[in-house]
Amino acid sequence: MQIPVEGFMYPNEVELQWSVLIVLYPFLTGLVAGAFILASLERVFMVKAVKPTYRLALLTALAFLIVAPLPLQLHLGHPERSFEMYLTPHRSSAMAMFGFVYLWYLLAVLVVEIWLDYRHDIVVMSQCTTGWKRLVYRALTLGSSNISERSLHIDERVGWLVTVIGIPSAFLLHGYVGFIFGSVKANPWWSSPLMPVVFLFSAMVSGIAIVLLLYMLMCRIRREPIDMGCVDTVAKYLFYTFIIDFSLEMLDLIHRIYEADESFRSLDFMVHTRLYLSQVVIQILLGTVLPILLIGATQVLKLAEKQRKWIYVVAGCLTMIGIFAMRWNVVIGGQLFSKSFLGYTTYKMGFATREGLLTAVVLTVLPFVILWVLVKLLPPWPEKNSALSSVAVAAHGAD
Amino acid sequence: MKIFKDAGHLFRLASVFLVGGVLFLVLRGFLVPSSFGQYGHYRGNAVKEAATQPISYAGHQVCESCHADILEVKSKGVHKGVACEACHGPLAKHADDPASVQPAKLDTAVLCFRCHEANLAKPKNFPQVVSAEHSGGAPCETCHQPHSPAIVAVAGGSQ
Ligand code: HEC
Ligand code: HEC
Ligand code: HEC
Ligand code: HEC
Repeated sequence: MQIPVEGFMYPNEVELQWSVLIVLYPFLTGLVAGAFILASLERVFMVKAVKPTYRLALLTALAFLIVAPLPLQLHLGHPERSFEMYLTPHRSSAMAMFGFVYLWYLLAVLVVEIWLDYRHDIVVMSQCTTGWKRLVYRALTLGSSNISERSLHIDERVGWLVTVIGIPSAFLLHGYVGFIFGSVKANPWWSSPLMPVVFLFSAMVSGIAIVLLLYMLMCRIRREPIDMGCVDTVAKYLFYTFIIDFSLEMLDLIHRIYEADESFRSLDFMVHTRLYLSQVVIQILLGTVLPILLIGATQVLKLAEKQRKWIYVVAGCLTMIGIFAMRWNVVIGGQLFSKSFLGYTTYKMGFATREGLLTAVVLTVLPFVILWVLVKLLPPWPEKNSALSSVAVAAHGAD
Repeated sequence: MKIFKDAGHLFRLASVFLVGGVLFLVLRGFLVPSSFGQYGHYRGNAVKEAATQPISYAGHQVCESCHADILEVKSKGVHKGVACEACHGPLAKHADDPASVQPAKLDTAVLCFRCHEANLAKPKNFPQVVSAEHSGGAPCETCHQPHSPAIVAVAGGSQ
């Protein structure tokens, strides 16, 4: 396969090593960190309005976190060896250390927080379901069916603590991804101390947007009315984080333009040619400016509920596309130009290959399948819970 | 003691983590090779294993001890910095027992452009040719002497 190359490339730069799967990876972890931070708004910062999305946000974070390492595994030639970074961790490698951050975040933060929050429901369901479902819930209770008020109060306090620990963990999770790029000093497109911060804020933007979209979608599917107070608040947070994110990205851009170091002409040329569509048009105009304007309009104007809903859906979808484009432009863009600053290569994506488009699509759909299973298993809806808790009271009374 | 009763499930959770942690340590004990970390962040025995591999390259000093005539020619030419086995391939077996192991004949129609085919990525001052234009597929040997390929030098010396 001949890869179109222009100008002077070094031989080892002609082929891209980090493929679309490496684009997907920061996108997925970003959704995790963002969704978790949204959930913690309710828990730690007591924003009661977003409560209807709290559990959904946690489950979304879990579903995406489970899938997040898969693109990396597929990228490795020997995925089975990745486990060795746990066995013989190398302290000087950020990637190796991150394995532990990932495990910590998955097991000590997300799973524990979800378990504590759902424990009441799990116990109730282990008593009022039958068959294999009962076995699953039984296993999830860990053999303790204590849902006395006091124990739930303890759960509440411990859960709060876990969330407090979870926020810096979520920051670490996504800050790391930015750090990995930002610390590559040989690559001027990546090397920037702003990178972790930009990644973090874009993570929050995408995480909030996906929870917003999922919440509205789920209400639609369940034929329930959308809690507009909640959606409006979430959209407001989306708006603020988006503005911070956009300012940071512009700051980075202005800094690059003003500093105009030796790489600038080369990168500038790239942005105006190969990355024009994905960076200027999709990422900045369609994926950032337009959604900010749209949500901004809902903040300034008094719009009817129906209009606001539509604006949120459109803006949310555009945001997701924009953030994905941002990941694409960082990962792929950073490999399109030569260290000689004189040549450019092209990224050719395979289709049904180990790191091809089809794999990427499957990995994008997979978290939603997992989320669907999780929602079936641990329904995040309060209505159903209240019905259940009456059963619970009865069951508990009978104990 | 009431607190222990109502926090009992938390102890259960903690013990799940504990069991997981212990399981991991046990597994790690089995999976990490015993010589790991002996010299550095790798399996110490790997060094011994690598040392037992058969040697393929003899090194140019060894070749030169017998083929002094070639060295004579080569050390005066532009290929003086290119080691014998870069062209002739690994020949440790031949060096050990020249009588029974004869090196294969090289085909200069393919050998030379491994290094000399024109490529933008090579440093500008490295001698390179577009072989299709330069020789039209003829073996480079027809005009160049492999051990001292510069045309001018040979023209003066051996004709
Ligand atoms: C112990 C002495 C010795 C060493 C060391 C040695 N050779 Fe030889 N080599 C010979 C002898 C003897 C012949 C056979 C000469 C003949 O048949 O004319 C030969 C033949 C060759 C030939 C084939 C010549 C032909 O006419 O086809 C090549 C090529 C060659 N050696 C290369 C090498 C290289 C490269 C090395 C270093 C890795 C090397 N030799 C090391 C002794 C040696
Ligand atoms: C640039 C590549 C190259 C290098 C470097 C090189 N050779 Fe050769 N050598 C050749 C080619 C090509 C031939 C002719 C084809 C053949 O005989 O295989 C040859 C032939 C020989 C022969 C056969 C006799 C002759 O004079 O034609 C011997 C012996 C030999 N080389 C030894 C050496 C030794 C010893 C060295 C290191 C000092 C060396 N060569 C370095 C390419 C090279
Ligand atoms: C292992 C790589 C290698 C191979 C194979 C090789 N060469 Fe060379 N060649 C070199 C190097 C290195 C130089 C010296 C370049 C310099 O001086 O900067 C050189 C120089 C030359 C020059 C000198 C050009 C000038 O400046 O006038 C010629 C001609 C040449 N090689 C021809 C050949 C031929 C013919 C062959 C095949 C028998 C061959 N080379 C195989 C590496 C190689
Ligand atoms: C028909 C004879 C002929 C053949 C065959 C031939 N060359 Fe040459 N080559 C020459 C002559 C004559 C020169 C010196 C004049 C020049 O510099 O253009 C030369 C020069 C070179 C140079 C030096 C060019 C430079 O810019 O310094 C290289 C390298 C070279 N040849 C490599 C090869 C290689 C590799 C092959 C085999 C694919 C080959 N030659 C085959 C005749 C030949």
